Amino acid sequence: MTRASLVVANLGRRRRRTVLTILGVAIAIFLFVTLRSVLTTLEDSDEVGSESRLIVRNSIGIVFPLPIGYRTRLLSLNGVEGVSWSNWFGGTYIEPRNFFAQLAIDAETYLPLYPEFVMPEEQRRAFMGERTAALVGRGLAERFGWQLGQTITLRGTIYPGDWPFTIRAIYEPGRDRFPDNVMYFHFAYLEQAFGGAYSDQIGTFVLGLNDPTRAADIAAQIDALYENSAVPTKTETESAYQLGFVGLFGNIGFFLNTIGMAVVFAILLVAANTMAMSSRERVPEVAVMKTLGFGDRFIFSIVLAEAFLISLMGTALGLGGALLVFNLGRFDALGFVPGLAVAGRSVLLTLVIAAGLALASGLFPARRAARLNVIEALRHVA
Amino acid sequence: MSIPIVYNLRSLWQRRTTSAATIVGIALVVLTFVGMLALANGFRAAMVSTGRMDNVIVLRAGADAELSSGIERQSAAIIRALPGVAAEPDGTRLATSDVYVVVTMSRDDAGGSQANVPVRGVDFTAFRARDQVRITEGRVFEPGRPEVIVGAGIAGRVAGVNVGDGIDLGTGSFTVVGRFEADGGAFESEIWGENEQLMAVFRGPVFQSVTVRLADPGSFDEFKARLEGDPRLQVDVSREAEFFEGQSQLLGTILRFIAYFVTAIMAIGAIFGAINTMEALVSARAQEIALLLTLGFRPRSVLASFLAESLILALAGGLLGCLLALPLNGVATSTTNFQSFAELAFEVAISPGILLRGLIFAAIMGLVGGWLPARHASRQVIAQTLRKA
Repeated sequence: MTRASLVVANLGRRRRRTVLTILGVAIAIFLFVTLRSVLTTLEDSDEVGSESRLIVRNSIGIVFPLPIGYRTRLLSLNGVEGVSWSNWFGGTYIEPRNFFAQLAIDAETYLPLYPEFVMPEEQRRAFMGERTAALVGRGLAERFGWQLGQTITLRGTIYPGDWPFTIRAIYEPGRDRFPDNVMYFHFAYLEQAFGGAYSDQIGTFVLGLNDPTRAADIAAQIDALYENSAVPTKTETESAYQLGFVGLFGNIGFFLNTIGMAVVFAILLVAANTMAMSSRERVPEVAVMKTLGFGDRFIFSIVLAEAFLISLMGTALGLGGALLVFNLGRFDALGFVPGLAVAGRSVLLTLVIAAGLALASGLFPARRAARLNVIEALRHVA
Repeated sequence: MSIPIVYNLRSLWQRRTTSAATIVGIALVVLTFVGMLALANGFRAAMVSTGRMDNVIVLRAGADAELSSGIERQSAAIIRALPGVAAEPDGTRLATSDVYVVVTMSRDDAGGSQANVPVRGVDFTAFRARDQVRITEGRVFEPGRPEVIVGAGIAGRVAGVNVGDGIDLGTGSFTVVGRFEADGGAFESEIWGENEQLMAVFRGPVFQSVTVRLADPGSFDEFKARLEGDPRLQVDVSREAEFFEGQSQLLGTILRFIAYFVTAIMAIGAIFGAINTMEALVSARAQEIALLLTLGFRPRSVLASFLAESLILALAGGLLGCLLALPLNGVATSTTNFQSFAELAFEVAISPGILLRGLIFAAIMGLVGGWLPARHASRQVIAQTLRKA
C-alpha cells in the first residue's frame, strides 16, 4: 500500500465525518473570502474612477452646488481638454428601497469625456435626440427588467414632482469596475421643467485632462483660483473622489476583519477537534503499524497529510465557490457593493490560512501518533 | 424512564477537550450573532431616540430627508402659528425652524479622511421643544453672534471642534462655545447654531424643516390633515420619532441582513462540528448505550438523553458567547447613514432580547446538530454491539 492510498483510505473510513469537516472548512473559507472581498472591493474603489479626470465640487460640502459660470474659466485652463457637469437627482423609483444613482448630465460634453460608455450608435443617437431620454447601465436595466423604449417614472426628492423618462440607450461598462448601475439623463430636462430655476446651479464639474500626470497641479491651480470667492472649490481626481466615499463608512473594515477572524478561528477549533478525535480512535492501529515496522516519520506524515487533504479540499470548495459566485456570477449583494470580486491578494491570504489550518489541526495529532509508545498502546488492542 | 442528566454531564466532562472545543466554537458563532445584532440595534436606537412622539416635523412635500427639503420663511411662520401648537405660559410657541446642511470636515485621524457632519441652525425655543438637549460644557450660543455648540458624538472624531476653537462654516467663521448631549440621539452627531446665522452662510433664506410640539399629542392626525390640506403649503407632516426611525430603515435593514446572513453561514459550519462531536461521543460509548438499552431504557430515552447532552453543549457555548459579547456593549462607533447623508455616532447596544435570541440560536444549533447522532445512538443493534464488549 502506498502512502497516498493509506491517507485516502483513512479519510474514507468515517465518510460522514470527513464530508462534514470538509464542508465546515469550505463554508468558513467561503464566508471569510466573502467578507475579505467586500473589504478589498471597497478599498479598491479608486479603480471606479479615473486618474485622468478631475472632479470639482463645492468645498463646503457635497450637497452644495457650484455656479455654472465657472465652466468657461475651467475650460480655458492649460491642460484641460473638456469640461462637463452632472447633478445628483435623488429620485425614488416606486419605493425608497429601489435606490440607485441618477445623474443629470450635459450629454453633449459629458459622453465624450467617458469612453467607458459602450453602446450601439443608434441608441446613442436616440438618447441624444430626446430631452426626456435616459441612458442606463446594463446592470441597472437587468435589476428592474427595463427594456429599450420603456417609460419609467421617478419621484423627485430634491426636485419635486413625478418625472417620466424613456429609456433610449443601455450601456455596457467599457472596463472593469466602471459602474453599470447608474442612470443618466439630460440636464436640459431639469432646466426646462423649472423654467431655469436650477439652471445656474450644478452639482460637480468633471474635467478631462490631456496629461494625467499634471492632475495634482491643475487641481491645486483650480482651488487656488476660487479660494477667496463666495463659492470655493475642492478639486481631486475622480479616483480620489470615489475613494472619499469609502471613508464615509467609518470603521466598517474593522468589523469585517474581526468577524472574518472569528469565523476562521471557530472553524479551526472544529477541524482540529475532528482530527484529534480521529487520531484518538486510531491509537491501537497506529501501534499495530509501528509493530509491523512502519517508522515514526511515516506515521507522522500520513496523519499530517490527512489534515492537509481535508483543509485543501475544504479550501478548494470554499474559495472556488466564492470565485464562482462573485467573479463569474457577478453577484454584487443587490447593488450594495458594485463590482464585488475576489482580489488576488485575498486568494493568497486564504491559501496561507488554509495551510495554517492544516498545520494547527494536524501537527499535534501527528506528533502524538509518531511518539506513541507501542507497548502501552498495544494493551488496548484486543 | 428517563436517563439521569448527570450521566450526560459526566460524559461531557470525560471528554472535556473535545467538549470545550465545541463549546468555544459555538460561543464564537453566538458572539458574532449578538455583536452584529447589537450594532444594528445601537444604530436604530440612536435614530429612534432622536425624536419625540409629541413633536411634529414638517418637510417640503416629496422630500425624504431634511437635506432635500426646503420651507420658505412665510410657510414656516404659518406652521408655527397654527392652533394646536403647544405654548409656554408666556406665549412662546414650542417650535423651531431649522436650517440643516451637511458639511465636509476632516476626521481627527492621520489618514486625512473626511466625514459628512450635519450642521443645524435652530431657534432658541428649540431647547424647549427638544428638552433632551443639555449643555455639558461651556454655554449655549448667543443671539446674533457667530457661535456654535458641538454634539458630544462629534468630539474625538472630527478635528478642531473643542470649546474655544474657531471653525469655518460655509462662508462664515464661527466659534465653538459649548458642547451638548442629547440622550445618545442623532442630534449628538450635529453642530448647532442660530438658524439666522447659519442661513446667511449656507443656502440663503430658506429653512429645511419646521418642528413643533403638539399641545395635545392625540391631535396629530387632525394637525397633519390640516397642514397637508392647506393650499398655502406644500408639505409632508410626520411625528418626529417616526421620521427619525424612518431615516434608520435602510441602513438598519442592511446591518440586520448582514448579521443574519453571516451567522447563518457560520451556524451551518458549527452544526457540522456539533454533529461530528456528538457522533464521536456516541460511537465511543456504543457499548455503554447498548448496556443502557439492555437494562430496559427505551430508545426514546436514549434519544432524549443524547439530545439533552447536545443541548447542554450548545447552551454552554451560547452562554459563553453572550458573556464574551457583553464588553461590546457601549462601544462607540460611527458610520455614514446614506439615507440622510450624514455621519452618525452611536453605541453598540446589547439588549436582553438580543441575548435571548443568541441563546435560542445556540439551542437550535445544538438540537439540529445533535439529532442525527442521537437517533443513531437510540437505534443501536444491541446484540451486535454487546458482542464487542
